[in-house]
Amino acid sequence: MSHTPHRLEVQNIRVGYGEKIILDDLSFQIPHGARVAVVGPNGAGKSTLFKALVGLLPLKNGQILIHGEALGSHRDCVAYVPQREEVDWRFPVTVRDVVTMGRFGQMGWLKSPSAHDKQMVTNSLAQMGIANLAENPIGQLSGGQQQRAFLARALAQEPHILLMDEPFTGVDITTQEATLRLLDHLQEQEVTAMVSTHDLNLAGSRFDLVLLLNHRLIAFGTPQEVFIRENLAQAFGNSLLVMENGVMLVDECCPPEEKFNG
Amino acid sequence: MSFLLQPLTYEFMQRGLLASVIVGVLCAVMGTYVVLRGMAFLGDAMAHAILPGVAIAYILKGDLLVGAGAAAIAVALTIGLFSKEGAVKEDTAIGILFAAALSLGVALISTMQTYAVDLSHILFGNVLGVSPSDLWLIGGLSAAILCTVALLYKPFLVISFDPVLAATLRLPAELLRNLMLVLLALTVVVSLQTVGVSLAAAMLVTPAATAYLLTRRLLPMMLVSALIGALSSMIGLYLSYYFNIVSGSAIVLTATAFFLIGFGWKRLRRT
Repeated sequence: MSHTPHRLEVQNIRVGYGEKIILDDLSFQIPHGARVAVVGPNGAGKSTLFKALVGLLPLKNGQILIHGEALGSHRDCVAYVPQREEVDWRFPVTVRDVVTMGRFGQMGWLKSPSAHDKQMVTNSLAQMGIANLAENPIGQLSGGQQQRAFLARALAQEPHILLMDEPFTGVDITTQEATLRLLDHLQEQEVTAMVSTHDLNLAGSRFDLVLLLNHRLIAFGTPQEVFIRENLAQAFGNSLLVMENGVMLVDECCPPEEKFNG
Repeated sequence: MSFLLQPLTYEFMQRGLLASVIVGVLCAVMGTYVVLRGMAFLGDAMAHAILPGVAIAYILKGDLLVGAGAAAIAVALTIGLFSKEGAVKEDTAIGILFAAALSLGVALISTMQTYAVDLSHILFGNVLGVSPSDLWLIGGLSAAILCTVALLYKPFLVISFDPVLAATLRLPAELLRNLMLVLLALTVVVSLQTVGVSLAAAMLVTPAATAYLLTRRLLPMMLVSALIGALSSMIGLYLSYYFNIVSGSAIVLTATAFFLIGFGWKRLRRT
């Protein structure tokens, strides 16, 4: 047994929309500072899990504990980088405004940003390489730059747990690298990161733990433990092709909403 | 100069001008949220939905603003309830309430003897009939609404731009959304006297939409919108005085002219 306290515990949760159950009987424990890749086929409930973790979807059963306390007793320890479709890009805010929102929890709702808050915002912008775009409207940035703006916001939030929904889908190499560098940097600060992705290679090479999901937990552990034939077959079913030489192929690409965007 | 000052020798014109400027600013500020959150249809519906409240207050010889306020808050919360339960889509719920309330209002007003005059005042406003006590009520309510918007600037910004961030920051989003509906309802009530229910929606949307074209941040958008709202009210009222047209229409048409200028300017700059 590990001696580090578990910072994020999910116990027997059941989550869904109305009558429809998306995730059932899901339990896992993540030690603090771990980088966790959340993988599974389309519609497996990856986004649903994140929405439950931020408290956006009520739990029908079970509980989520952060630092041993129920979800909601901490105010601002979870940061979430949303999928592109979830943001209104026409809203009149600059990049700096967006990143400043990450400080709202700490600065208090009625106060204006302190010198420290402003410094945090400037540092976060610089760290994500978008300091020169700070005064631009968020809608005028490229997709990758927009994602980096939201990463900078998550950074400014000084979270204990960072959730990223599909940050590697449809972004340029610079942004992908910036995202991965941020993950390494956050690990040094013992920030727990959960990242959903379709890129199984990335999940296997750049993450400490992998959570394989298909409406329930298929497997959770190191990439070597999780990425074995039985688990992948259970998660991906017919999308998995096993070649004679042991190579496995998974036919999975983008989330369905993105396929129709082009 | 006398051209501008001459109308102000009448006390009812002074009160009318003050009332329309206050309402112009108030509608323009609340309108930024209406435009950004896509609530234009809701604003229009809310404006018409207060008609029965006004009619009942009129029949009972009570205060029109009180009747309108009660009806507006009832409608705001009913829409919130319908869309939360998800039984019907929100715009369907709004459509049903809107038509029902408008019909009920007209039915009630049609029982009165001075039907035509009263209906036109309620629908299009009667800015020159603003009494000193009306002015106090308009001023007080507007100040309260604007203070609330200023105090809740950051929470309203977050729930409008990024509901997920609102959830991670543990904002009471449901409560804030309902509060915004109530503020919107009160705004419509306050504008009843100057532009009337049928044109209140225009004053909510048009100055804010113009400001959206000209600015790139929320606070400047609100301020520019407020300026356009105030100017439209002033210019509109003078036009109404000199050309003898209904004040509400004159104000809305002036705001529309501002929008067309803003739209043209934006187009020219892009090409």
